[in-house]
Amino acid sequence: MDSSASVSRAGSTLLQVIGIMILAAGAVCLLLIALDFSPTAIVGAMFSGSLTSWLKFSQTLSIWVPLLLCSCGLLFTFQAGLWNIGVEGQVVMGAIAATILLRLPETTLPPTLILIGSLTAACIGGSLWGILAGLLKNRGGVNEIFGGLGLNFVAQGIILYLIFGPWKRAGIASMSGTDIFARDLWLSMPAGWRVAPIALILAISVFLFSLLLLNRTRFGLRVKAVGINARAAQLFHIRPERYGLLAILIGGGMAGLAGGLQVIGVYHRLIPAVSSGYGYLGLLVVMLAGYKALPVPLITLFFAWLAAGSIQLPIMLQIDSSLSGVIQGACVLSALLVHGLRSVRQR
Amino acid sequence: MIELRSIHKQFGTVKALQGVNLRVRPGSIHGIIGENGAGKSTLMKILTGFISRTSGTITFDGREISLKTPEEARSLGIGMLYQEPLDFPQLSVLDNFMAAAADGNPARQQQVLARLCEKFGFELKPKACQEKLTVGERQQVELMRLIRDKCKVLILDEPTTGISQEQQELLFEALKKLRDEGTAIILVSHKLAEIHSLCDRVTVLRHGKQAGEQERPFDEKGLLQAMFDTLPTKSSRPAQKKIGRPILRMDTVSTKAGRVGLHQVNVTINEGEMVGLAGLDGSGQSVFLQIAYGLLEPEQGRVSTPVAEKDVVMRVFLPADRLREGLIAGLTIREHHLLAGKSPFFLTAASGRTTAEQAINTYSIHGTPATTAERLSGGNQQRLLLSLIPEEARLILLEHPTRGLDVQSGQWTWQHLRAHLPENGAIVFASPDIEDIMEQAARVLVFFNGRILLDRPTDQTSYREVSLAITGRV
Amino acid sequence: MEISIAVLSAGIAASAAPLLLAALGETLTEKAGIINLSLDGTILLSAMTGFVIAARFDSLPAGFAAAAATGMLSSLVLVIISIYLGQSQVAVGFALTFLCRDLAYFLGAPFARTAGPQLSISPIPLLADLPFVGPILFHHSLVVYSSFLALPLAWFFIYHTPQGLILRCVGENPEGCWARGIRPRIVQAAYTLIGGALVGLAGAAFSLAIKPGWGRPQGCEGIGWIALALVIFGGWHPLRVALGAYLFGFLQMLGILLQDVFPTIPAQIFQVAPFPLMIFTLVLIHLGRNSKGKKLLLLRLLSGNAPGSLGKNYRQV
Repeated sequence: MDSSASVSRAGSTLLQVIGIMILAAGAVCLLLIALDFSPTAIVGAMFSGSLTSWLKFSQTLSIWVPLLLCSCGLLFTFQAGLWNIGVEGQVVMGAIAATILLRLPETTLPPTLILIGSLTAACIGGSLWGILAGLLKNRGGVNEIFGGLGLNFVAQGIILYLIFGPWKRAGIASMSGTDIFARDLWLSMPAGWRVAPIALILAISVFLFSLLLLNRTRFGLRVKAVGINARAAQLFHIRPERYGLLAILIGGGMAGLAGGLQVIGVYHRLIPAVSSGYGYLGLLVVMLAGYKALPVPLITLFFAWLAAGSIQLPIMLQIDSSLSGVIQGACVLSALLVHGLRSVRQR
Repeated sequence: MIELRSIHKQFGTVKALQGVNLRVRPGSIHGIIGENGAGKSTLMKILTGFISRTSGTITFDGREISLKTPEEARSLGIGMLYQEPLDFPQLSVLDNFMAAAADGNPARQQQVLARLCEKFGFELKPKACQEKLTVGERQQVELMRLIRDKCKVLILDEPTTGISQEQQELLFEALKKLRDEGTAIILVSHKLAEIHSLCDRVTVLRHGKQAGEQERPFDEKGLLQAMFDTLPTKSSRPAQKKIGRPILRMDTVSTKAGRVGLHQVNVTINEGEMVGLAGLDGSGQSVFLQIAYGLLEPEQGRVSTPVAEKDVVMRVFLPADRLREGLIAGLTIREHHLLAGKSPFFLTAASGRTTAEQAINTYSIHGTPATTAERLSGGNQQRLLLSLIPEEARLILLEHPTRGLDVQSGQWTWQHLRAHLPENGAIVFASPDIEDIMEQAARVLVFFNGRILLDRPTDQTSYREVSLAITGRV
Repeated sequence: MEISIAVLSAGIAASAAPLLLAALGETLTEKAGIINLSLDGTILLSAMTGFVIAARFDSLPAGFAAAAATGMLSSLVLVIISIYLGQSQVAVGFALTFLCRDLAYFLGAPFARTAGPQLSISPIPLLADLPFVGPILFHHSLVVYSSFLALPLAWFFIYHTPQGLILRCVGENPEGCWARGIRPRIVQAAYTLIGGALVGLAGAAFSLAIKPGWGRPQGCEGIGWIALALVIFGGWHPLRVALGAYLFGFLQMLGILLQDVFPTIPAQIFQVAPFPLMIFTLVLIHLGRNSKGKKLLLLRLLSGNAPGSLGKNYRQV
């Protein structure tokens, strides 16, 4: 009886997913047709722009890495019942923390050590920035949405200050960022790749680690309990504020790592837009995943593909690349609509 | 004249009302009396259109009415004073008075308010914030709003809970005045004293059914018998366990939390005791339990566990609203056991399964280790909560341990608690059911308006004394 | 010196106008107990539609109307999915923020950096010639005048009309309203739509008056979040919210002025700085208010409580 129930539950989940996809795709297609664009041409362009060679696919993967890291971090905060909008700032602070070590004056330290150190620093930077928002909430009663938002603006201010101030490029300061790091401080990338294998391995490990921590440990269970019902959790001798803080610490660390990897593996310098909005996009990913870990890699891959594929659109079809964001947003709203319709029908 | 015929109301599978009839004449006060959960509030909410009935007819002055929304009830002149005033705490008294009034002119409304205040002897500042008012004053604002709207049928749901003696006297005077002016008044109450001093007629509800009806003068014994199920024989009470050392002591504990707060409570709970807390809902029992557990800090006074210093008293608390306050919806039975017990850091799909399976067998929970808490029935949720109590627990605090349970589940719960009362521990439970307390507990504390009015071993008191104390009479 | 203060004040009044419109719209919505988190995206989307329609039809009124309609359409999504289908207001608002933003960039891309109409300054005869007060209050575009008007109107509506009372009641306790014969969800839906229309007007105020034109970035990015923060930390009171809006305008003007004083510091810093400064001024006020020593008169004046049912969906029985 139990297995048939779980089969029917899986079936209804599948049905929901299909419903969401049809709804989102339908809405976007209608929009495109109304604008006199051909949806098939667009999908074709996106495919040929991202899936026809390893080089192109690895472009998708290079977006997948930071997006997956941010989403994993957000899984923890969502599980603890927190809206960690500060994730963008945490990415930025991770990037800054990583850059600090990379800008050390000439040392005799082996580059590998510096790289490991700077990725560690990235995690710590992100964590500390996350904890700030957590403390503002616990101690000051400042809603984490606005605390996080304020901290995002502060992080943006700091990175601009650094790039235009103390870390400015030799000669002139500009939006294009700091000086490029020495070649031996880049993450190694095989020819024909757009993503550092180490970054891929790290992202996948972080996802597996999150899966393990959330679903297979006492800690994950407690975080989940706090997120669902903080009041009842107290009766199980769990301190909700403490677990909220721990969740944001872990989440911030993962977002920070994403920032660090962008600096070391992608841009090889610190740029003002280092976060590229992956933090905010991660929020959409986790919402679409129903706040569960398992669908996250797939959804992030889909979103990353949309983002990578849409880069080709302006060149090939003179269509703005923000179409990917429209599709992503439409997916999440369709999901909310479908869940809403279902909950009303069940009442 | 308003008349209800054969009213039924079903919430899911729960039958809240089963064929209730009621006739209320203008110019009379009609009492509705019954235990918590007897269906009084449900019946009244149907009468105000707040919830819709499953079946039955309502006629008003001989005309059949549908009464589907509060809008309709309001236009007919049916108004209700809710037990927890449904007002707007952050707005001013005048704003509360004016909300949704036909005439929205503040100056005129202020005059009306002043006039009504004078008529009934209430003292209210129109600019004061509703939040700062006592429950009694909030009620006065609501009452005057209903009077202004020319309410023809006035319903009051437990109006004297949490209000002062003076406020109660003012209220009763006002109600008598209104009756004499021709209003039909329905008074929902738990307290026999109120029925005695106010009502012309009374209907008794029990388990959603009509259990009796009387005209003045009332026969108190008959009313009590109709209200409660037949009294059980005293012999069923378990043998008194040996009373040991004190395990929890409250010294002059006071707080403003809850509906009526807690005032100057001095109590010592001893090892081996099974203590029942009696009283109307919200008379302080729940706050007492939360302070005893440590969820709330008292504003004054001290809570101590006076056993030997190194001797830790492990406490557990089982709240009344099991799914909202005690269990975690979405987590399975197995996961609840993992949270409650000493689980290792790393878990597998199998961890806790044996414990959960054992618990399911021992406590006869209808479910598997993978069943989530919200899918369990009320009785099974309670069994799950009971199964989560660790063996080393010494002070077990329960709020309404049998609320929403069928008879068998209820009996099972009591048996289980009695059997597991630890030698070096105590059980304290709040229950709206006097029989339960008299039958199960060795000692009863009766709460009234945030005070303990009676503290006796159950074999030295009577059902009558307790039921009177609940209504404020000692 | 006198003249420069007047110029500064006039600049603040102008640059704060759209922010004020958006924040007042959100105040109305939140007074009804609904959080519309989508402001930042909605402003951008309506800025785009406002600009495009005004340019296409060469009509400013058409542009403003289109922007208001866009704002309402965006909030209609919230009305359906949250108020009527019971999904989290924060989740819907958040998704909507990003959908609207990208929709704006996507649909607006062909119109970026194109010429379009622009609301001109219409000084009020006679009054504009008054010394000092004239340039501050009476030498503006219609957008600024309407922000001057919207503030007292919103305040009067909320606190001194029967409809305003119902609005506050619904936000405070929808169940109490239901018991009094009011349909809370209809009221909530109405004010969400009205608030959305005002937010839409704010968007058009940017693209047709304050920062005329369309592009990526338009220049109004981030303002929606500031408006949201203003409402919450301004204690849901229109006058305090306005105070915050003018403070933000002041910070922005200060940034422009200081840029000339410190030419060595990059201009970007001055552009970004008002945002964190604003949020943290608000947070500090909030912290001061929450601390136990509620002694400072200023902090007490600034305090205000959230509508009782803010963010919770009302489920009708």
